[in-house]
Amino acid sequence: MTSLAEQLPVQSSRKAGLLELRQLVVEYGSGQRRARAVDGVDLTINQGEVLGLAGESGCGKTTIASAVLQILRPPGRIAGGSILFEGQEILGRKEKELRQYRWRNVSIVLQSAMNALNPVMRVGDQFIDAMRAHEKIDRRHALARAGELLELVGIDRRRASSYPHQLSGGMRQRVVIAMALALEPELIILDEPTTALDVVVQREILQQVEALKRDFGFAVLFITHDLSLLLEFADRIAIMYAGEIVESAPAEAFATNPRHPYTQGLLKSFPPLTGPLPHLTGIPGAPPDLRDPPAGCRFHPRCPHCLPAEHALYLRQTTERPRLRTIEAGHQVACHLVEESAE
Amino acid sequence: MTSAAPLEVRSLTKQFPIGNAVRRAHVHAVDDVSFELRPGRITALVGESGSGKSTVARLLAHLYEPTGGAVLFEGSDVSRVRRRRDVLRYRSQVQIIFQDPFGSLNPVKTVRHHVERPLRIHRVVPSGQVEDRVHELLRTVGLVPPEDIAAKYPHELSGGQRQRVAIARALAVEPKVVLADEPISMLDVSIRIGILNLMQKLKEERGIAFLYVTHDLASARYVADDILVMYAGQIVEHGPVEEVLADPLHPYTRLLVSAVPDPATKTDAQQVELRHGDASAAVDPAEGCRFRARCPLAIEVCSQVTPQLVEARSRHTARCHVTAPAPTD
Repeated sequence: MTSLAEQLPVQSSRKAGLLELRQLVVEYGSGQRRARAVDGVDLTINQGEVLGLAGESGCGKTTIASAVLQILRPPGRIAGGSILFEGQEILGRKEKELRQYRWRNVSIVLQSAMNALNPVMRVGDQFIDAMRAHEKIDRRHALARAGELLELVGIDRRRASSYPHQLSGGMRQRVVIAMALALEPELIILDEPTTALDVVVQREILQQVEALKRDFGFAVLFITHDLSLLLEFADRIAIMYAGEIVESAPAEAFATNPRHPYTQGLLKSFPPLTGPLPHLTGIPGAPPDLRDPPAGCRFHPRCPHCLPAEHALYLRQTTERPRLRTIEAGHQVACHLVEESAE
Repeated sequence: MTSAAPLEVRSLTKQFPIGNAVRRAHVHAVDDVSFELRPGRITALVGESGSGKSTVARLLAHLYEPTGGAVLFEGSDVSRVRRRRDVLRYRSQVQIIFQDPFGSLNPVKTVRHHVERPLRIHRVVPSGQVEDRVHELLRTVGLVPPEDIAAKYPHELSGGQRQRVAIARALAVEPKVVLADEPISMLDVSIRIGILNLMQKLKEERGIAFLYVTHDLASARYVADDILVMYAGQIVEHGPVEEVLADPLHPYTRLLVSAVPDPATKTDAQQVELRHGDASAAVDPAEGCRFRARCPLAIEVCSQVTPQLVEARSRHTARCHVTAPAPTD
C-alpha cells in the first residue's frame, strides 16, 4: 500500500515541513462560554529545527501541543483546520494509529515531571512499560535500553531502580526527557520543560537537549513564556497572543528587528543582566478573555500604536483582523501598522 | 549618616527536623544569617529552591519561630514575642506579600473587604475615613478607577491586579518593612515589570525597606540596591547588586550568573561547566564549605574549615576561602 504522502503531488522545490498546522482552530466549551483557545494558526516545524513558541499564560500554546498529540480532552475539541505530520493528516486517525504516532513520531515533555511519572513505580519499570506498549521487546532488553537512555541524559543507570520521589526535580525532568527519546521520535515537544527548575538546572537540561539533538537529529517544539530563553535556544520563534500567531521569524530577527508591538513589548519585559539598565514598562493591561476577544486586532486595547486620533488606521485596528503577512524572507507579522508602513 | 535599619537580622538560624525517631536529622534551612533592611532600599535575596530564602522571609514575618539568633525591630528582639498584642504591633510594621496572588485572597470577598480589614483591625484611620483610604490605597498601587475595583471579587481580576490588591492590603497598615516573597514569579511576563516598578515607587515615595525574595537575577538587578545570595541555608555573598552581579566573588554566584539565559549568545557558544552537587548540603552539614562538591575552585581547606563571610571589597562580603580569604593576623 502506498502511503498518502506518495500519492500527493510533490510540493515544488520547497522542503516540506515535518509538522504543519494549517488554520488550526481549537475550542473549549460551548454556547456563551465557548472560547477559541487557538484561532486559525498556521505553523510549520522543519526537520531537525528548534521552533520556539512563546506567549503568556492562556494564549493557547499548550493547547497547540495537546492538539498536535491528539490528547485534547473534552470540553476541548478541534473545530477546524488540519495537522499534517510528514505530509499526512493526523486528524481523524483511529486511536490505534494515534498510539503509534504518539511517542514513536512525536513525544512530549511536560512542565511538571512529577505529574508525568508514576509515583509508585520504579523509573526502570516505567521505561519498560512505555517501550513494550510500542514494540516487541522483552523486559531484560527494555531495561538495558532504559539504562542507556538514562546515561544519555547524565543519570547513573542504577537509578532505574529508584522511585521518582528519590530523585531531585532536575533528575526527574531528565528522566522524562530520556523517556521521550526512548522510541527515537522525529519531534519532541517541550512544554515549559524548565519552568519549575532553577536557572542552573535549567541550563544543564537545555545543554543536554542540544547535545542529544545533535546526536539524534530530532526537531523540537519548545513552548515557554520565557522569550529570553528562546532567543538563545531556538532557531525560529513564533509569538502567540490570544489564540493567534502574531509574529514568526528566525531567532536572530527578534533581537535585531522585532516588528509586532506585542513582541516589542514582551522583549521590553525582560530586564537585562548585563549592560545599561533602562527603565522598562512591560505591557499595560492584561491578556483578553478568549470567550469574548476584542474585535479587530486582539492586541489593540494594549497596543501603544492604536490611537483613536489616527482614524483610518484605528478603524482597521479595531474592526479588521490582521493577517499574518511575510515582510521579508522567513519573517511574518500580523499587524495593520506594519502592513501600512510597508505600503 | 544613613538612617537606622528598622529591621536587623542577627545570626538567624532555623532547623527543621527530618527523618524518624531512630534516624533523626536536621535541615539547617537557615544558618547564621545576618543582614539589615534599610529604609528606602530594596534588598534582593536570591538562591535556588531549597536554599532557605523563603524561610528567611517567613521568619521575618513571624510565621516561624527561629531556632537561634534574633530579629531586631527598631532595636528590640521580636523573634520570640507571643502575646497577640505584640505580634499585631509587629505585623503593623512588617508586612509580607506572597508568591501566589490566587491563594492569598479570599475568593468570596471583594477587593474592598481585603483592603479594609487591616485598616479596621489595626485602627489605622477612624471608621468614617476607611472608604476614602481604601480608594487612596488602590490608586497608589495603580488600580483605577478604585470605586469599580473595590467592588470586584478576586476572580474578576487578572493575576497582576490581584498581586496589586495584595500590595495595597500590605500597605494599608503603613508598614516600614515589606517582605515580598517571589511576588512576580507567578505573573504573566508582560505585567511583571509593572509590579517591580511599583515596588520602586513605594520605596522612593514612602521610604519602605523591601526584602525582595526571588530566583530571578535579572529582576533583582532591575529593582534592588543590595543583594544577598544564599546557598544551602547560608549567605554566601552580600553587596551592592550591580557590583555583585557584574563581578561576583563567590563561585556559586558566578555559576548563577553564567546560567541565566543570555540572548546574545547561543547555547553552543556558552557551555557552562556544571557539576553535580549534593542537594542535601544543608542536612546536618559537616565542617567545611557547603558548595565545595560543585566548586571548580575548591582546595583542601574547603573540606576542613567552614568559610566565614569576609569583607573582601568595600561593603561586599563573600564566604569563600579562595576568592575572599580571611585576613591573616
